[in-house]
Amino acid sequence: MSTTTTDVQSHGGHGEPDNPHHQHHFATMEQQFDTSKLGMWLFLATEILLFGGLFVGFGLMQSRYPREFIEAHEHLKQDVFGRPFPLYGAINTIVLLVSSWTMVMGVNAAQTDQKKKTVRYLVLTILLACVFLGIKYVEYSHKFHDGLLPGMFYAHQSEDLIKGTHGYATFFAFYFMMTGLHGIHVLVGIGLLSWLVVRARRGEFSSEYYTPVDLVGLYWHIVDMIWIYLFPLYYLIS
Amino acid sequence: MSSLTESHTQHTEAHAHHGGPKIYTANLFALLFLTVITVAAASFNFGSANVVIALAIATVKAILVGLFFMHLIWDKPVNAIILIAAFLFLGIFLMFDFLDVGTRDHLQPRNMPNMDNATPVPDSMNPLKAAPPQPLTPAPAAEEHK
Amino acid sequence: MEPVLTSGARIGERPRPKKNYLNETKGFKSWALTVDHKRIGIMYLVGTLSAFLLGGIFALLVRLTLLTPQHKLFGLQVTAETYNRFFTLHGAIMVFLFIIPSIPGSLTNFVLPLMLGAKDVAFPRLNLASLYLWIVGAIMAIASMIIGAVDTGWTFYTPYSTTTSGTVTLMTAAVFVLGFSSIFTGLNFVATVHKLRAPGMGWFDMPLFVWGMYSTAVIQVLATPVLGITLVLLMLERVFQIGIFDSRIGGDPVLFQHFFWFYSHPAVYIMILPGMAIISELIPTFSRKTIFGYRAIAYSSVSLALLSFIVWGHHMFVAGQSQLAVVIFSALTFLVAIPSGVKVFNWLTTMYQGNISLETPMLYAISFLMLFAIGGLTGIFLGTLSTDVHLTDTYFVVAHFHYVMMGSTVTAFIGGLHYWWPKMTGRMPSEKWGRIAAVLWFIGFNATFLPQFILGSRGMPRRYYNYLDQFQPLHAFSTVGSWIIGLSLFMTAAYLLASLRKPMDAPDNPWGGTTMEWQTSSPPITHNFEDQPVLEHEPYDYRPKAVTH
Repeated sequence: MSTTTTDVQSHGGHGEPDNPHHQHHFATMEQQFDTSKLGMWLFLATEILLFGGLFVGFGLMQSRYPREFIEAHEHLKQDVFGRPFPLYGAINTIVLLVSSWTMVMGVNAAQTDQKKKTVRYLVLTILLACVFLGIKYVEYSHKFHDGLLPGMFYAHQSEDLIKGTHGYATFFAFYFMMTGLHGIHVLVGIGLLSWLVVRARRGEFSSEYYTPVDLVGLYWHIVDMIWIYLFPLYYLIS
Repeated sequence: MSSLTESHTQHTEAHAHHGGPKIYTANLFALLFLTVITVAAASFNFGSANVVIALAIATVKAILVGLFFMHLIWDKPVNAIILIAAFLFLGIFLMFDFLDVGTRDHLQPRNMPNMDNATPVPDSMNPLKAAPPQPLTPAPAAEEHK
Repeated sequence: MEPVLTSGARIGERPRPKKNYLNETKGFKSWALTVDHKRIGIMYLVGTLSAFLLGGIFALLVRLTLLTPQHKLFGLQVTAETYNRFFTLHGAIMVFLFIIPSIPGSLTNFVLPLMLGAKDVAFPRLNLASLYLWIVGAIMAIASMIIGAVDTGWTFYTPYSTTTSGTVTLMTAAVFVLGFSSIFTGLNFVATVHKLRAPGMGWFDMPLFVWGMYSTAVIQVLATPVLGITLVLLMLERVFQIGIFDSRIGGDPVLFQHFFWFYSHPAVYIMILPGMAIISELIPTFSRKTIFGYRAIAYSSVSLALLSFIVWGHHMFVAGQSQLAVVIFSALTFLVAIPSGVKVFNWLTTMYQGNISLETPMLYAISFLMLFAIGGLTGIFLGTLSTDVHLTDTYFVVAHFHYVMMGSTVTAFIGGLHYWWPKMTGRMPSEKWGRIAAVLWFIGFNATFLPQFILGSRGMPRRYYNYLDQFQPLHAFSTVGSWIIGLSLFMTAAYLLASLRKPMDAPDNPWGGTTMEWQTSSPPITHNFEDQPVLEHEPYDYRPKAVTH
């Protein structure tokens, strides 16, 4: 993998003469863009390993308390036409997938100099993210109401999942840790997207420079990807 | 807008030609379809294969998100290598941990004589039947002079 | 000190620039808000060396307490709790505040872009953020020491760490912050090596220092996040009793060890690879000879990084893993020893029939070769299941890891510091005092830690504040050795600082190195090079040629 030599030589080491976003330790905007992307991918790798640790812990605890974990899963489902169905989880999955689509459409609009569309798609992504968090809030308040809380706060009193073994408390500990950490990342994503909306409305993005939109997009897709794995493990196993 | 060098315009146009609304929309429908599949599959019981099937479908979805939404199919390979490396090392962590946890001896070591007719373990000493311990309080601060 | 003329030197060709990275801008803000990798490197140097001093003081306290079996310190009785705090703080400060951040943050930050012919690292602002995260983490760690201190050992094993009093939560939060500092530094260096090499510099034209640091950076990015989540889980277990690590509430303490060592074993390679990277520079330069086996060393750096991820269970042979798991981890541990051996053989072969000169950096490099050989080989004893059962948690382990972390990494660090000191400060350090300190270092280090192998194999457990009378002579010897180390380090600090009072007259290339950092002035200008350098020769090319003007 070699560096771009021709760009350096043709520009005499001064790189892009006109782009205000050009950082001068890079020879060209292309080198800067590629490097920024590489940096973001490296950061996403750390996110995968961070969340992955929780997945590993969850998997190992599940093998330690298989019965309790499977019983506890039922409490993540809702009553739909008289049968248990992971309604909130499924809706949230769809919401996030569509938000991934609106995000990449926003990046595409920025790449093709369509300022209004860029703003529109970014705003849509934010709205979908808020829907996601709203549904999470509903789910969490049900858990609080039922006493299905992590660790030492576990206080559920109904017939099933009686506070007898530790499996249930541990399950809900992991539930709150993983969905909570994911939710924090969604919240951060909303913040980043809002910042992008402000800049997009100012006309800062174009085919010459759309790096921030692209990078936030990558972040948003990883948030989606983590949920893609969370959803079946928590809501679909029975 | 500022002026551009020719090579730079070509570069950004090449980027814009990658992907595009049609591919993204098709990808979304594929992902939604797979979501329906995975929810439907959950209503059948395949025994221990349940988790494997669910994770397999999730992986297909993740690959679609990565390849198309995240542009890996059009990017330089180094980005995909980074993503794969992350999953690979995570997999190593998972695999070795399960290797340990999954092959530990049972409560009775295998080289012990047959204990079937031994004195039964009283319930108070059976971890599966004993009352759960009280929630812990941290140890009282030692009498330390600061 | 006579500068050496070789193909790389350009003595007297260029007038010394008046403005360099140190004096071009002045004032607190110009340093606090800098994005210049060289200034950030200097600040890291000051910070991590201060941490080294603090950790060293705790080490001296540990060794003083162990001078006799009565565990007295200046006449006062040391309690077990206090002794636990001594070795915990010594370990935690040294590992998290010094060894892991020091070489990457200071020397690599300074030298890597220069070696690549670049103007800066890929993400200069992220570099500054890394430094600030280190500072915040350091403040939190010191606060936790003052408020209540930690007595769990630097390894924070559960369930003790989840139930003991003391400021465990604050200390683990500090380590969490320091972890992100490390992640961002690694991220920066990976991107820099991929994208910012000079024209003409392909992957196999890079200096081996870069290969070593690249491998380190890969580990930092992949392993440290798992430490992050481990610490989060530890804090939550402590505060909310979630039941993952404490068996009394349904958890598995061995799981904590898996989580912890999945990072911490690769972490020890984060510690040794930079040391090896420095040695790969010192040996060819002071042997005036092309490195032998360039590709072998390059590949062995990367394979060390990757293999380091599959051996962590060797820290847990007696912790309660399954039989199958321990056998597999032991076999893999033998595998990971091979790349290290490859390096040592290549370095030795480089020296063979070379034109060796024994300046201070080379004295440290030769020390490294001997001390690393001992450290690495004793690791094999510990990786072998049957012997580890007897040696684990004894002083043998303590001696082993000090030979690799201190005898190897710190030795290489001091050698590298001396080597790049003219480039960083524009002054030549005293060669006479450098050599005296280097010899004292070697003597003091061996005096301190060689007896500990014997102590351990005879049964002296680690982390104990008293011991059987028969161990006292060796303990006393070791303590005296620690004073010699202290003297050597004090001497090193003194002569390096004294050099700063000399005028800035170091040549561009005092040692005759062939890598790109020697093609710019000492110290460099803020933008590193007047014109973009282009690589014109193979790495470590010491073939005789006409001196280019």
